Amino acid sequence: MATEQLIWLLPLPPLVSFFLIVLLANRNKALSHTIGIGAAFLSWLAGMVVFFRAVTGEHGLHGLGEHPLHSAMDWLPLGDGAFQIGVNIDPLSALTLFFVCWTVLMIFIYSVGYHNFGQPEGEHDQKGLPPHGATVTDEHGHQHTVLSVEPNYSRFFAFISLFAFGMFVLVVSDNLLTLFVGWEIMGLCSYLLIGFWFAKPSARAAAIKAFMTTRIGDVFMLLGLAYLYSAAGSLSYSVIFSPEVLDRLVHDAAVGGFLGLSAAGLIGLLLFIGTVGKSAQFPLHVWLPDAMEGPTPVSAMIHAATMVSAGVYMVIRIFPILAAGAEHGLTPAMTVMAFIGAFTALFAATIAVAQNDIKRVLAYSTISQLGFMIAALGIGAYVAAAFHLLTHAFFKALLFLGSGSVIHGMEHGVLHTGNHDVDPQDMMNMGGLRKKMPVTFWTFLIGGFALSGFPFITAGFWSKDEILADAWAHGHTAVFWTLAIAALLTAFYTMRQIMLTFFGEPRTKEAEHAHETPWTMTAPLVILSVFAVAAGWAGIPEDFPILGGLVANFIHGVSATLPAAMIEKAPAFNVIPLIASLVVALGGLFLGWLVYRKYKAGATDPVKKMLGGLHTVLQNKYYLDELYQATFVRLFNWISEVFTPAMDRGVIDGFLHGIARVAFSLGGIFRDRFETPVITGAADLLGNGVKGFGREFRGIQSGRIQQYMNVVLVIVVVLAVFIYILAQV
Amino acid sequence: MDFFTEHLLTAILFSPVVAGLVLLFLPGEEKKLLRVAAFIGSLIPLALSLILWFRFDPTATGFQFEEQAAWYEAINSSFHLGVDGISLAMILLTAILTPLAILASFGISDRVKAYMILFLFLETGMLGVFMSLDLLIFFVFYEIGLVPMYFLINQWGSATGERKLWGGMVVPARTYASFKFMVYTMGASLGLLLAIQMIGVVSGTFDLPELYRSWTSLSGTYFGLDIAQVKTIAFWAFTIAFALKVPVWPFHTWLPDAHTEAPTAGSMILAGVLLKLGAYGFIRLVLPLYPDQAKYFAGAIAFLAVMAIIFGAFASYGQTDFKRLVAYSSVNHMGFVVLGIAAAALSVGTENAVIAMNGTVLQMFNHGLSAAGMFFLVGVLYDRTHTRDLTKYGGLFPLIPVYGGILIFTSMASLGLPGLNGFVSEFLVVRGAWPVLTLHTALSMIGLLFTGAYILKGIKSTLHGPVNKEWIGHLKEIDKRELLVIVPLMALMLWLGIWPGWLLGVINHTVTALFG
Amino acid sequence: MAFPILSIIVFTPLAAGLLLLLVPGEKQNEIRVAALGAAAFTLLLSIFVYFGYDEGVGGYQFVEKYGWLPQLGVSYYVGVDGLNAPLVLLTGIVMFTGVLISWKIDDRPREFFAFLFILATGVFGVFVALDLFMLFFFYEIAVFPMYLLIAIWGWKVTREYAAMKLTLYLFIGSVIALVGALGMYFASGLGTFDMIALEQANFSPGFQAWAFPMVFMGFAVLGGLFPFHNWSPVGHVAAPTAVSMFHAGVLMKLGAFAALRVGMMLLPQGAQMWMPVVLFLALINVVYGAFIAMVQTDFKYVIGYSSVSHMGLVMFGLASMSRTGFVGAGMQMFSHGVMTALFFAAVGMVYDRAHTREIPKLGGIAKNLPVVAVTFIIGGLVSMGMPGFSGFVAEFPIFMGVWGGGSSPINTNWNFAAWVMPLIAIIAAISIVVTASYIIRIIRKVFFGEMPAEFEGHITSISALDKVALIFLATILILLGIFPSLMVPMVESGVENVLRLFGGA
Repeated sequence: MATEQLIWLLPLPPLVSFFLIVLLANRNKALSHTIGIGAAFLSWLAGMVVFFRAVTGEHGLHGLGEHPLHSAMDWLPLGDGAFQIGVNIDPLSALTLFFVCWTVLMIFIYSVGYHNFGQPEGEHDQKGLPPHGATVTDEHGHQHTVLSVEPNYSRFFAFISLFAFGMFVLVVSDNLLTLFVGWEIMGLCSYLLIGFWFAKPSARAAAIKAFMTTRIGDVFMLLGLAYLYSAAGSLSYSVIFSPEVLDRLVHDAAVGGFLGLSAAGLIGLLLFIGTVGKSAQFPLHVWLPDAMEGPTPVSAMIHAATMVSAGVYMVIRIFPILAAGAEHGLTPAMTVMAFIGAFTALFAATIAVAQNDIKRVLAYSTISQLGFMIAALGIGAYVAAAFHLLTHAFFKALLFLGSGSVIHGMEHGVLHTGNHDVDPQDMMNMGGLRKKMPVTFWTFLIGGFALSGFPFITAGFWSKDEILADAWAHGHTAVFWTLAIAALLTAFYTMRQIMLTFFGEPRTKEAEHAHETPWTMTAPLVILSVFAVAAGWAGIPEDFPILGGLVANFIHGVSATLPAAMIEKAPAFNVIPLIASLVVALGGLFLGWLVYRKYKAGATDPVKKMLGGLHTVLQNKYYLDELYQATFVRLFNWISEVFTPAMDRGVIDGFLHGIARVAFSLGGIFRDRFETPVITGAADLLGNGVKGFGREFRGIQSGRIQQYMNVVLVIVVVLAVFIYILAQV
Repeated sequence: MDFFTEHLLTAILFSPVVAGLVLLFLPGEEKKLLRVAAFIGSLIPLALSLILWFRFDPTATGFQFEEQAAWYEAINSSFHLGVDGISLAMILLTAILTPLAILASFGISDRVKAYMILFLFLETGMLGVFMSLDLLIFFVFYEIGLVPMYFLINQWGSATGERKLWGGMVVPARTYASFKFMVYTMGASLGLLLAIQMIGVVSGTFDLPELYRSWTSLSGTYFGLDIAQVKTIAFWAFTIAFALKVPVWPFHTWLPDAHTEAPTAGSMILAGVLLKLGAYGFIRLVLPLYPDQAKYFAGAIAFLAVMAIIFGAFASYGQTDFKRLVAYSSVNHMGFVVLGIAAAALSVGTENAVIAMNGTVLQMFNHGLSAAGMFFLVGVLYDRTHTRDLTKYGGLFPLIPVYGGILIFTSMASLGLPGLNGFVSEFLVVRGAWPVLTLHTALSMIGLLFTGAYILKGIKSTLHGPVNKEWIGHLKEIDKRELLVIVPLMALMLWLGIWPGWLLGVINHTVTALFG
Repeated sequence: MAFPILSIIVFTPLAAGLLLLLVPGEKQNEIRVAALGAAAFTLLLSIFVYFGYDEGVGGYQFVEKYGWLPQLGVSYYVGVDGLNAPLVLLTGIVMFTGVLISWKIDDRPREFFAFLFILATGVFGVFVALDLFMLFFFYEIAVFPMYLLIAIWGWKVTREYAAMKLTLYLFIGSVIALVGALGMYFASGLGTFDMIALEQANFSPGFQAWAFPMVFMGFAVLGGLFPFHNWSPVGHVAAPTAVSMFHAGVLMKLGAFAALRVGMMLLPQGAQMWMPVVLFLALINVVYGAFIAMVQTDFKYVIGYSSVSHMGLVMFGLASMSRTGFVGAGMQMFSHGVMTALFFAAVGMVYDRAHTREIPKLGGIAKNLPVVAVTFIIGGLVSMGMPGFSGFVAEFPIFMGVWGGGSSPINTNWNFAAWVMPLIAIIAAISIVVTASYIIRIIRKVFFGEMPAEFEGHITSISALDKVALIFLATILILLGIFPSLMVPMVESGVENVLRLFGGA
């Protein structure tokens, strides 16, 4: 089959699986996950085929930029032409496709175990709530409480299938509109999955928060698309990234521009705001931590593998527009990105330090890491951004799944003791799990080290190092130092997390009774941890001492996606950023170990001791949620619940009723002031004058017909005579 | 052309009336029979309009299937019918929605006969508007539709609810709503009536194709005014009449009342088709007859549209009555239709106009589907719970999963989720409006944002959250007949979302010819 | 010598009426059957006339002329043209339906029908008369029985007052008109009352200036022109149902028609001089009448004032002095006649059962009287000018006529600004919404809503004959609304004749 056709087909299996499960298989758990995983596998297979055909195509990876695998067709007939949609695989999408395929497949498999497939159904479980566990009696007649299967098991696979479909569409599409389609479908799925346990008010609120916050970005993005479409006459990459169009966007006044920004700048910013929402950048990051309400595989899906990456993928994609006209330094749009990215990286890292929920720590670290990518792109480090996107997807997925595995183990303990007050997600309740859950421990360790950028081995090191190197090489020292500090904190809180979770002694009975999760969960961890290490080797700078060139630098090929004019060669090796990244990674890890190595149950968190009041602020995420609540949310509620009704019912309807009242009173006035007194009055005057006439007639009504006839006759005669006389005059 | 094809439009137009008359002679107590008969009767126009659809030549320019018969020679008004791509889409929409609405009202058991007859007459009224090529005939059908709808609301509307008026006067809500609907609309179309008379006097004909030529090229002074002034006044007369029907802020307040009080099927048709009459009036009459005025005042109209979009969304979000929430969503969505119209008027002759108008017509069709679907689903829930108060639901999803899924699907379509029908049309409107009405378009995004807010509010308070014990065991799943109503709509929403080309192709050619 | 169909139409009711008086009073059924027979016969003949009239040829047809008082130039001279043929038909219809719904009347039915028929003869006579004297003669015949019918069979409370008032107005009006007419007779110097001849006698403008107002206003009183409309609501209310039908349905047309025939057609220049005044008064009729109708609480008064408002539209159309206006007026005369007959029939049926006409006291009638409800609603839609019903096809051209009146070829010597006519049309249009509001109010309150407890069991269903009558009238209204061409061409041909006299056309 031709590769293009394969690309067209690639996203479809998950969609089919979605419909199959919803319509047919929703009663049968085994069938559901078979369909789901089968679909994911098919897409993975197609993805791999496409990937290798792409990178080993006749032009090779670097040629792929100029000759992407592309095919398109008419979609919307408009005017005399038509709006085209199609598929497109260039180095960037190939790279993205690669990690998406892997992570998605792993997450699917993992979900089987996570949702306790094969376990009995809980007596008190109900749809829309997490399973409470089931009581079983073993052969000795002992009663055990064990994990029970997720009540909405099938539905979960339907949703993540649709989710995967959305991501695949986004990756393979050759234009921004279908990209946006996939983008929004993922938005819907994130809503459905974050609110998967919809009966929990917290989950319900989180789902809505996520959808609405990202939607803020989306509407701006929609405007950006409209603007771009009207300025460039198309949304296909091949057109909008062509030099002439880019030139028009920068220099042609006809297509607009505003506040000294070129059209390109405006479009870039509008689209970037979309990313701010989707990739949870400050100030729209608030939805992501709450989104941890969803099942952990979802967290991995949304916050590592697909959705948040999509945001970054999009800005990387539109980099030519962002960078258009950047002959001298950064464009305004890029500056904004650099600032927001760097700030978010640091800002989120500080919050992560003070979190005790194992997943929330990862959530903030995600925000922070995405900040790294945005900042990288802001300073023009195109390749580095893509590289970090790749590595992060792997190790963060790994970490989330690992944390899920930990929670799962803890839940086992909770069920064993039956003490449901213990929060299985709170790291303070853990400790010493490395013995209980060895696989999870080791894989989590790898993931954590990758996140902290543990030198030379882990993928995180190489990608992060490249970002720092670029920042240094292009002289963006402010960005450089901000990111460096963020990296230091990252290493620190990662180590804190590892120490609290796996080292020391179990701090609760639950932790003691935690045990390793089934293979369906651990296997994905192992596979992902391989990538969490190896993915980095694909991007080792050629001129890196010793290691450089051992593995062909595959990643730099991504730059071929850019228009030839924009491709910059990777900066020459420089030792300062290297030292910096070594120091922050190792230093951070060491500090973490130092502070938490002796942590005992019940003791106050050392960080709290160190930071004091600031710690509370951090724990409360700088009170941003409260701020938004007090300002925007209140304002909008007021408008919709007080102002609008007052306007509609009060002003507008009031006006209408006013007219009605005037009309009625007008009628009344006519009747009482004119008709009755004047008209009738006059007539009656006349009438009274001839009352006598009437009296004469009253006699008649005794009713003898001859009389009537006489009267008639008389009148006729009288009239005739009267006329006759007149006629004589 | 054979006889059948020549009179296809007449056949479509009057088949519902004929069906209604047949019903008239069926025994009133045979409710089942009446329902089925009405349903079958409404399938005839559907079948015929499908024939129309397939015999229609999308590549040809101008009106097709034209018919002309003498009607009122004394004032040169003739019974002139014809369709182009735009009206064809609307006819199809009407023909699809009416059977579904009738199917949806099988639950009605009070005076079934009268109800069904009124419904069929209503369909003729709506079809007539979309077919007529004569100003007077247009007005005839435009007004006549009010009558059945008035009685549907007034007689079969929700029995409960009151509305306080001035001086402590309290009237039943449905009485208030139906009266407001009828008199307010008549009042607004008074200007239209007078303007039509004026046009008749000035140009001596009501024939649209002729007026497109003569009226626009008119010059000189009439009634002591310059023709430009006359046209401006007439333009506003037309605009207000149609703006009220669409409805555009601030003429929208009849809508939430009428939609909320109407019976389910009534709301379906009201939101699905009747609102489109206004928009269609803009496209068929205002823009072609008053190009200059439309262009000149486009900004003002766009402003009203934006107000409708924004405040429609806010108001909808503020509701605690589920049906009212959906009702206000129509204000919000139809705002985009008007925005597109304004954009097309402003940029007529350019690519922007074509795209905007394509989006507009498509949006009309899409909103017809999704609004009808939403109202139906609200009705389904109401039939079971006998309340529309959002605070009384909660956590129904596990109790009625199928319904829940359908509700989410339809809500998302109405929200304009890419992949479903609403998105393409809204995007096209935004795209078309952006270059010419940049600020308006930007502001309208506030509305688009809050579309999400109220849609999610609806889902949140019905399906999600802790289950409301009250309903456990008292709530039965959506049944076969109801599925039969909603599934075709869902199929269309999905189909139009994935492959809008089949419909857009027909619309686009006409639009390009008219506004390109 | 053709078959004297018009004479037969005119005199059948009279003959029938007189014959009825000979029948012994206790044989009520025979009387009713006989009455119905006569009415049906007349209706058939008038239908024949209507469809027999050839509008292609136009002019006066079915003409009959016999000498009567030759020395006075008075002749028995009848004929129909496009204007009065519909009215003859209308009279036939109202007469027939009137008898149908009066079937149950048990207070001296013999006399009742007798007077009703004499009345009918008078009406027919006026409509077909082509001789001025004859016209007046029949006019009086028409007016007088009305007095008795109201005074004897009317609503106890106000019947004497109403009968008195009505008679006064009409007599005074007719006397004034008569003076004007006689003036014409002498001024023409032709020594004939033959209107066709008088049409040719081009009176001096000076004469027309004073003769026209007398003639026109004299008749317009019967047409309910403001400020002489006051008798009509009172009369409607007091009269028994069948009489109200005649009264509002036919008698008021009598006024409008005579005003047109005698006033405008014989004194065109006078008309051209005085039309602004008439237009203004008619405008008041239309709007003022509607507003007052809106605030009435008595069912029958509402209809009464709506008649004032709608007859105002007839005058309005005539006053527009334009072809379309005239056509509209002609249509409106017929449409309103049928509509208001339907209204009063329905009101009567409701009143006979509920024994009250207070709208707030009524309710829920539709449950027991569905046919009445539906037909009344149809009538209501007609009166609010709803498209698809005869009201629309009548009102629309009237308004168009007023719009175009300013530039109409036949209104010379009007010298007010070009925007006045449109403005008048716009003001008049307000009445449409007002009408809609009160009609809807009645429909909702009287026919729907809760039925008061005291009516339970009293609202007995109506007889088959009643249904026939109602449905018959309603059908006409719908047919005319959907197929205006059933009548418009005929009216047009009549209008041509008028325009010719105005030197237009």
